[in-house]
Amino acid sequence: MAVNYNAKEEADGHTSGVGVAGGGAAGGAGKSRKPDNTAFKQQRLPAWQPILTAGTVLPAFFIIGLIFIPIGIGIFVTSNNIREYEIDYTGTDSSSPCNKCLNVSWNSTPPCTCTINFTLDQPFETNVFMYYGLSNFYQNHRRYVKSRDDSQLNGDNSSLLNPSKECEPYRTSENKPIAPCGAIANSMFNDTLELFHIDNETRIPITLNKKGIAWWTDKNVKFRNPFGTTNNLTALFQGTTKPVNWPKPVYMLDSEQDNNGFINEDFIVWMRTAALPTFRKLYRLIERKNNLQPTLQAGKYSLDITYNYPVYSFDGRKRMILSTISWMGGKNPFLGIAYITVGSICFFLGVVLLVIHHKYGNRNNSADIPN
Amino acid sequence: MFPYHYRGKTLLKTIKGRVLICAGEENWVDNRTIYVGHREPPSGTEAYIPQRYPDNRIVSSKYTFWNFVPKNLFEQFRRIANFYFLIIFLVQLIIDTPTSPVTSGLPLFFVITVTAIKQGYEDWLRHKADNAMNQCPVHFIQHGKLVRKQSRKLRVGDILMVKENETFPCDLIFLSSSRGDGTCFVTTASLDGESSHKTYYAVQDTKAFHNEQDIDALHATIEFFLVSGVAIYTGMETKMALNYQSKSQKRSAVEKSMNVFLVVYLCILISKALINTTLKYVWQSDPFNDEPWYNQKTDSYKASFKDPGILRAFTDFLAFMVLFNYIIPVSMYVTVEMQKFLGSYFLTWDEEMFDEDTGEGPLVNTSDLNEELGQVEYVFTDKTGTLTENNMEFIECCIEGHKKDWGGFLVCFCFHFSYPFSKEELFFRALCLCHTVQVKEDDNIDGLKKAQLSGRSCVYISSSPDEVALVEGIQRYVCNLIVFRFELLEILSFDSVRRRMSVIVRSVAGDIFLFCKGADSSIFPRVTEGKIDQIRSRVERNAVEGLRTLCVAYKKFTRKEYDCVCKLLQNAKIALHDREKKLAEAYEQIEKDLILLGATAVEDQLQEKAADTIEALQKAGIKVWVLTGDKMETAAATCYACKLFRRNTQLLELTTKKIEEQSLHDVLFDLSKTVLKHSGNLTRDNFSGLSTDMQDYGLIIDGAALSLIMKPREDGSSGNYRERFLEICRNCSAVLCCRMAPLQKAQIVKLIKLSKEHPITLAIGDGANDVSMILEAHVGIGITGKEGRQAARNSDYAIPKFKHLKKMLLVHGHFYYVRISELVQYFFYKNVCFIFPQFLYQFFCGFSQQPLYDTAYLTLYNISFTSLPILLYSLMEQHVSTDMLKREPSLYRDIAKNALLRWRVFIYWTFLGLFDAVVFFFGAYFLFDNTTVTSNGQMFGNWTFGTLVFTVLVFTVTLKLALDTHYWTWINHFVIWGSLLFYIIFSLLWGGIIWPFLSYQRMYYVFMQMLSSGPAWLGIILLITVSLLPDVLKTHKIKPLARRQVFFNQIQSNSLQKQFHSNIKRRLYECLFN
Repeated sequence: MAVNYNAKEEADGHTSGVGVAGGGAAGGAGKSRKPDNTAFKQQRLPAWQPILTAGTVLPAFFIIGLIFIPIGIGIFVTSNNIREYEIDYTGTDSSSPCNKCLNVSWNSTPPCTCTINFTLDQPFETNVFMYYGLSNFYQNHRRYVKSRDDSQLNGDNSSLLNPSKECEPYRTSENKPIAPCGAIANSMFNDTLELFHIDNETRIPITLNKKGIAWWTDKNVKFRNPFGTTNNLTALFQGTTKPVNWPKPVYMLDSEQDNNGFINEDFIVWMRTAALPTFRKLYRLIERKNNLQPTLQAGKYSLDITYNYPVYSFDGRKRMILSTISWMGGKNPFLGIAYITVGSICFFLGVVLLVIHHKYGNRNNSADIPN
Repeated sequence: MFPYHYRGKTLLKTIKGRVLICAGEENWVDNRTIYVGHREPPSGTEAYIPQRYPDNRIVSSKYTFWNFVPKNLFEQFRRIANFYFLIIFLVQLIIDTPTSPVTSGLPLFFVITVTAIKQGYEDWLRHKADNAMNQCPVHFIQHGKLVRKQSRKLRVGDILMVKENETFPCDLIFLSSSRGDGTCFVTTASLDGESSHKTYYAVQDTKAFHNEQDIDALHATIEFFLVSGVAIYTGMETKMALNYQSKSQKRSAVEKSMNVFLVVYLCILISKALINTTLKYVWQSDPFNDEPWYNQKTDSYKASFKDPGILRAFTDFLAFMVLFNYIIPVSMYVTVEMQKFLGSYFLTWDEEMFDEDTGEGPLVNTSDLNEELGQVEYVFTDKTGTLTENNMEFIECCIEGHKKDWGGFLVCFCFHFSYPFSKEELFFRALCLCHTVQVKEDDNIDGLKKAQLSGRSCVYISSSPDEVALVEGIQRYVCNLIVFRFELLEILSFDSVRRRMSVIVRSVAGDIFLFCKGADSSIFPRVTEGKIDQIRSRVERNAVEGLRTLCVAYKKFTRKEYDCVCKLLQNAKIALHDREKKLAEAYEQIEKDLILLGATAVEDQLQEKAADTIEALQKAGIKVWVLTGDKMETAAATCYACKLFRRNTQLLELTTKKIEEQSLHDVLFDLSKTVLKHSGNLTRDNFSGLSTDMQDYGLIIDGAALSLIMKPREDGSSGNYRERFLEICRNCSAVLCCRMAPLQKAQIVKLIKLSKEHPITLAIGDGANDVSMILEAHVGIGITGKEGRQAARNSDYAIPKFKHLKKMLLVHGHFYYVRISELVQYFFYKNVCFIFPQFLYQFFCGFSQQPLYDTAYLTLYNISFTSLPILLYSLMEQHVSTDMLKREPSLYRDIAKNALLRWRVFIYWTFLGLFDAVVFFFGAYFLFDNTTVTSNGQMFGNWTFGTLVFTVLVFTVTLKLALDTHYWTWINHFVIWGSLLFYIIFSLLWGGIIWPFLSYQRMYYVFMQMLSSGPAWLGIILLITVSLLPDVLKTHKIKPLARRQVFFNQIQSNSLQKQFHSNIKRRLYECLFN
């Protein structure tokens, strides 16, 4: 460091020498050390200096209030107009028809079935969306969320036969790679729900559309069956085995070719892990047939359940939900109420501050004037 | 007119440099036995064990090419923050953690690399400087030959020759010089900052060796002026190298607060992890929660944690730590350093702080203390050269009690010199002879422009500007005509303890005189003859007018007396031990029974706007202390002139004179009683510095009194005096310390610095004697003035003039402080917002350490999405305009005492962060809760949930900054809106492609699907609004109310000043609502 010191001294001496010489000649060298007179360097850049006085803030409060309250009311009304019907079919209650199936285990044969009757008081006018809902099911558990292999699901052949380590302990079974591997796939929801309209004691089955329940991008890009020379899925999945809990392999999920294998929509829906332990997933669509009739009339219905999926062991619940959808999704009073509340608070604050400002402003002026 | 001796001496004057010391002076090392020229010791001497001494290689660089990587990494990871991030990174590598090691490894790698490159570059520069130094040629005498070698090859015991104007390569013992009397003149500027030329004496035994022949029997001619010496301490053992290592690092108050906050956040982090770990085990105690059928543990996990013991819990704890570690962001350190470094450029760029005369602008030697400039509570200023111009003019002299003004008198005195000399003649003779001024011809060093302007051919240089003024004054007005030859016999050089100097000369007639010149306090006691009373009263009157006075006295020796004196001095000069002390004793004996001749008065003009600056500083609530070596009256007059003391200031004196009358205890007691009587008043009015009706106190203390106060007493009761003294000082608006030794200046600064309020101190000075206080104070400022650049070089900041201090503190300091405190608070805030939702999410995912956000978001949040707006804010923000800050110094009080980083403010920001985080999380929670938010009935998953929270987060924290921005340049617009745009574009891109190199595709189309949902938009807008609402309320309602109070106080305090310009008032009002 000592050397620096000396070196610096010399440097200083040198520059000052130059400075003096220049000063004698023309003062040019001295000038060169002078900082540039640019707006940036002098911290004088042209700037917008918003003066947020009471005069500008108060209207902002009122404007927020005036915008938010109508939006809130709009959302709230929309949400209230949505029809939603929900049945818990877990069967914890001994009176429930599904009580007998409560302690069902995977792959029990023959499958336990039960039927629940219910009544819709009001017709569902527009397209109806049928959901299944699970509670206390931690799809967002870290061990669970990461237990999948996106490459395998994307149709990568090497991953198909050699799934990611993340899939443990659902990676291989009987020394064969599992397709699809991982805990998520392994625990795929496999209850079958069927809906019947009971019209004068006759059960009219309601058509449940199983396509269009998954994201388009998932179905067409993110999820793909393995590539190969053949279209035969059985051949493509050669060398793999089914997930432990599944009754049948992945290439037998559906009879239709474009809804089978990894691109089965029920499967894709399940693979999108839910954010919270109580969630619902889209199961089927019930499309409106014509404009004359509501999609679901008011009346009696029955729900036939093939009860395969055990939830009682972890204190879970299963539900079936029928819901119509508006532009803003399903029934959710929160958003509307929140908007109305925030709008009102802003409006209220605006009023309060206006009063305060009015009083204070006067005092302020009176204090100013005597000078 | 100058005696030849002086001219003769000046020829050999500038042997600069590294110092000359003699063994025995140092108490840190034992005796060294060195055989000069590496001769074998003569046989028969006591056993000599050759010792190994280091070579003369100077190593200031830290690293070599080989050890750079390991050593630099070690150095960097010694910083607690870097070490913390390294630990996090290692934990991520070792255990199964929720986030990939990349999330913390990448930023850490970036930071470490950037720092390493910077340090590597600096070290490379140091290597270059070292090499230049180590390779510079030195002349040895080896086996009778003069040899040129590189400096680094020098070894202890070598004899070397140093020519005129060369730097000493190591510590030497002075053997001989080419001058007959065995003396040389050395500047020790690079060692202790004193630029005067000091005389050193050769060792008596070798002094006669005038040339190499004598030393080593060869080479007869002397071509140059040389000194020869033997190397005694070399390389890293030299005084210089040892000195340098003791410089300590200063840290700013903001940095200290920041570290405290960091500890708080570390506690928060640990407690979060602890809470979650505990809850996890509570939750998992139900087996169906721990391991439900759908989510089995892996075999390896079961194998490694057979029994759920401490190890497993600890692993979980670490995993939570990793998950939440972003709450202490690695990027904060980088941003703070960049802000300081880049921000300091605004200071050097400032045009208003550029001095046209000297062609110098401000210098920033360290940018670590920028914000400390906004926190200064005490300013300790030197007087001469700082408050005053240090541009001395000899304006008056008084001989035999008669005042002589320039003008008429030169006629009177120039021509009659009879023998014996008249008093007048003796007086001028004394002035002509008794000084250390040297003549420098056609040369350009500091302060020479003046000489060029006045068209004189030669220039006088001296360490004391007073002497220059005197000599110039005499030359200009009196005695170009007098040519007398005196032979200079001895110089009894000046020192700050004696405060006088003397010369002993022999006139052509053979008379031997001693002329003595010095401060009145040191001359008067030694004077026995002369018109003492008249001169004393004159001196006092001059001092009151603010003039610097010197007294001149003489004494005539007989031959016999002189021989006696000579012997005395000689003995003292060659003493090996306690030389200083012995010399002082000798001087004491010689300089007595003097005859007073007269006194001189030199005027030192006030620097321009010094008064204005001091007034502004005082209005800003800063206490200004003047520390000077001048005598009390002179200093007090200057203080009045620069408005440090005002007319109504009641002066309290704590001087030697007073203490002689009463005991120190009584004086202190009386003073504190006087002061405290009004202290009630004082605290009440404290707020408005302008109020004129309150009693103002000014304290004057001198060096002797101070040392009495500071002196530890036998019974250890010195603390009591100090406390009382501090209490008096605290209640005085201005303090003047006169007759201060350099070390006492530092002592005062230290005393205040360590008093119980721990105020931030600033020391400003221009001379080498201010260096100690500049180093001691929190912020040291040097003036690049006339007394060399020593102060400027040792300071943290250097400015050309005292007046620039005003803008430096009131404007730049204020800005720096406001900017960095917002930066620190905002950083903590935005990371609370960032991490707390993740904490809350653990309650809904079974405490499984599931991250809420995607890895890319976790990594880039602090690096890209939210980094630039705050950096640019912290460089550009001006909450009040520059003009306003300059016009209203009292605005400085708003930020005093670290106001923006107090606990209250910190807690407000933290709670705001918590509130926002709760809003983000639960807003999204209720939005997603068991319902669908799309118009096609499809469901969103956990990544959409996290992305929604993250989007709200990024927008909220950025808009929060936008709300706080009062100064919107195009740059601010660019970075704020640019950051948001970048976030959107990045998210679209990140989710738009199946990334081939990623093992997961969880973000695929998540962002776009979210944007296709109406409620998500509505939710985002709602949540942003709610999060910003408290801040809008606070910024625009509560702050104005608080500031309005300040405003009213100012109005009231100004009520006496009826002239309160209406436009200023309007601006103030605008500022309140700002």
